[in-house]
Amino acid sequence: MLNYTIRRLVGAVPTLFLIIAISFFMVRSAPGGPFDRERVVPAEIKANLERVYHLDEPLWQQFLRYMGSILQGDFGPSFKYKDFSVTELIWQGFPVSAQLGGAAVLLSAIAGVALGALAALNQNGRLDGILMAGAMTGIAIPNFVMAPLLTLVLGVYLSWLPVGGWGDGGLRQATLPVLALALPQVAYVARLTRGSMIEVLGANYIRTARAKGLPERLTITRHALKGAMLPVVSYLGPATAAVITGSVVIEQIFGIPGIGRYFVQGALNRDYTLVMGTVIFYGVLIILANLLVDLAYGLLDPKVRYD
Amino acid sequence: MMTWMSFTRRTLAGLAIAALVGVCAVSARAETVLHRGNGAEPETLDIHKMTGVPEANIARDLFEGLVAEASDGTLISGVAESWSVSDDGLIYTFALRGDAKWSNGDTVTAEDFVYSFRRALDPATASDYAFLLYPIAGAEDFNGGVNADPASIGAEAVDARTLRVTVKAPTPYFLQMLVNPTAMPMHRASFEAAGDAWTRPGNLVGNGAYMLSEWTPQDRITLVKNPNFHDAANVAIDTVYLYPTEDTATELQRYRADELDITYDAPSDQIPWIEENLAAEFHNSPYLGTYYYAFNMTQPPFSENLKLRQALALAVDRETLVAQISKGGEFAAYSWLPPGINDYAPQTLDWAAKTQEERNAMAQALYAEAGYGPDNPLELEILYNTSDNHKKIAIAIAGMWQQVLGVKAIMRNEEWKVYLESRDQKQFQVVRAGWIGDYNDANTFLDFHLSDVGPINTPGYASATYDDLVKGAALERDVAKRRAMLEEAEQVFLADLPLFPIYHYTTQHLVKPYVTGWTDTILDYHPTRWLAVNR
Repeated sequence: MLNYTIRRLVGAVPTLFLIIAISFFMVRSAPGGPFDRERVVPAEIKANLERVYHLDEPLWQQFLRYMGSILQGDFGPSFKYKDFSVTELIWQGFPVSAQLGGAAVLLSAIAGVALGALAALNQNGRLDGILMAGAMTGIAIPNFVMAPLLTLVLGVYLSWLPVGGWGDGGLRQATLPVLALALPQVAYVARLTRGSMIEVLGANYIRTARAKGLPERLTITRHALKGAMLPVVSYLGPATAAVITGSVVIEQIFGIPGIGRYFVQGALNRDYTLVMGTVIFYGVLIILANLLVDLAYGLLDPKVRYD
Repeated sequence: MMTWMSFTRRTLAGLAIAALVGVCAVSARAETVLHRGNGAEPETLDIHKMTGVPEANIARDLFEGLVAEASDGTLISGVAESWSVSDDGLIYTFALRGDAKWSNGDTVTAEDFVYSFRRALDPATASDYAFLLYPIAGAEDFNGGVNADPASIGAEAVDARTLRVTVKAPTPYFLQMLVNPTAMPMHRASFEAAGDAWTRPGNLVGNGAYMLSEWTPQDRITLVKNPNFHDAANVAIDTVYLYPTEDTATELQRYRADELDITYDAPSDQIPWIEENLAAEFHNSPYLGTYYYAFNMTQPPFSENLKLRQALALAVDRETLVAQISKGGEFAAYSWLPPGINDYAPQTLDWAAKTQEERNAMAQALYAEAGYGPDNPLELEILYNTSDNHKKIAIAIAGMWQQVLGVKAIMRNEEWKVYLESRDQKQFQVVRAGWIGDYNDANTFLDFHLSDVGPINTPGYASATYDDLVKGAALERDVAKRRAMLEEAEQVFLADLPLFPIYHYTTQHLVKPYVTGWTDTILDYHPTRWLAVNR
């Protein structure tokens, strides 16, 4: 398993290099630049800006300069948020996004699996109907509708919870954004669990377990649930990476200082260094998350072995 | 038992309420706090690198320039307690107040201003707004790298409390420009100690009414009262929390939930609701800006065809646009300059007083005279940047042109930066654009349509008469004569119609009734030092 992990990590290096190279040249090929504004600045000022940020050099030279600096761990200054380096912005925002996303993933995994399993065990019963209708609604209502709805009711009308901001990320501040982020995921995980659970419940090894007289509770928890987890785990891996790197919509609506917005806004602002920084960060997280999923498969599925 | 329980409960509840009230009373006495929405996350707190409104709002709390604005927008003494201008209008001598202090207790000196101007203009600083200091002699050459000697800039410290600034030509709006953050002073020692990190809490030394105490990007900025500020005795609020509130719908909800005392903006689609429910707290006020459509004057069909441009401008029903389409409280515009500018009366299009039916009839006649008609309709493309409001307006205008004139207009929307490139390279026929003035003087609306200013002249307008008037006014020291020249320039501009105004922008804020000292002004500056909270 250790060998396998090391091999995977070494194999990730060229992948990461390709990601960096492709995104570097893609983001540069977009029309417009970081210093184009509504108010056009005089030519000499634009020249000053381009010189200070090395944008006046040939592109390949800028690429080499960039690769050189990231090898030293320096992701450069943000073109837009001029008082901060990209590294600082990511390290300040990531813990917030990770807390928010982590709580949402945890909530969606626990609640989603539990509700999905419950529905599967009551297949086609009344409870199943209610749960799946709820899940369908949860999936169908997008974040940007759910979030304002929750804040309007729980924040403005009832004044139970703060409407926006993060503060120290305490329970009161975090409840609404975590809920808004998790609800569609809960719904999705519940449907996923239900589907695979129903499939597993009809499998031969469950019949065997029942036939040899294993109590139903143990059959479900020890055998069925474990098998039913596979699609959920492979969904949750990348979903975790996506969610802990921040949700643009949720962060924008609740005014949360995470890193979700940097990716989209960085691209819109042609904040080259910020886009690259988030792409690399996101790339590394996805690679790690997929590795963890594969390792988890080894634990959950007896057919998968790593030597 | 029951009575005992309820007695205990009541006592406990009473105690709790008493404690709460006590705490509130104590904290109200101890500290006055203001929560402000501040739009986008500030890009920087470096006075020389900032370009946007959210940044400038903070700079006006943290720093003070030679002159300042009172709450009603009038120019008042800042660090300079008085100033005089030489007879030829070229030398400004500022006498600095003796009690002007930096937040660390150092005295603000003339040398601080000289240092700050030099840094703002240093090419290595790469300041976007350095051009605001270009009226100073030698400034443009130094910034453009033509002259590398900082002493060539016309700013010198005669002594610690006397600053002499030489301008390259009489610039009647020079004092107005000094309100801008770019012209504020900088504390040399703290900058040299911290380098690029000089704007961080703990490093930043300012001379304004407030000091920076905390800055978490995308979360909040905390300012605390500066005890060394010369007017600290009249500063009522102790702590200011500034929140990035890019999502205006959320900002409104936070305001309604009492998390914000002042908003930065209002969601335009909810303005009817706000006017109905929060009318007393809603400040919708004229702003120094105009929303317009520019013709490409460097290419046919618009370059040579005034009647065509007039027909298109006439056929746009502005009242309907602001009342039914944009609905953001804007004012229909018939002049290029918005109302409310110092020493200036905006000139209006000569058909402004006519009804829309009359304008449509005029438009149809002019359209025919321009050589177009049902058999030979004009086909054109409207360029705008991706945004709901711009899209709605473009659709409405295309519809009005189709209905009144039979013009076949197609629409091209581009993402912001792509749009800017197309616009600046004149790759458009008709483009939507907006202009917000940099300072309160007519010049800020007129000088960027001179024929030699480059891509900032969006329509590519070139008129010798116009150039002479605007450039002549920049040298004219007589206020009345200068005003007449600028007003004539606007008349020439409107007669040539390289663009047509659609509406004048307004600023929108919600201000809680317990916040006092708020005055709506055309530049929309509301430094916290003029505000108070009386809950």
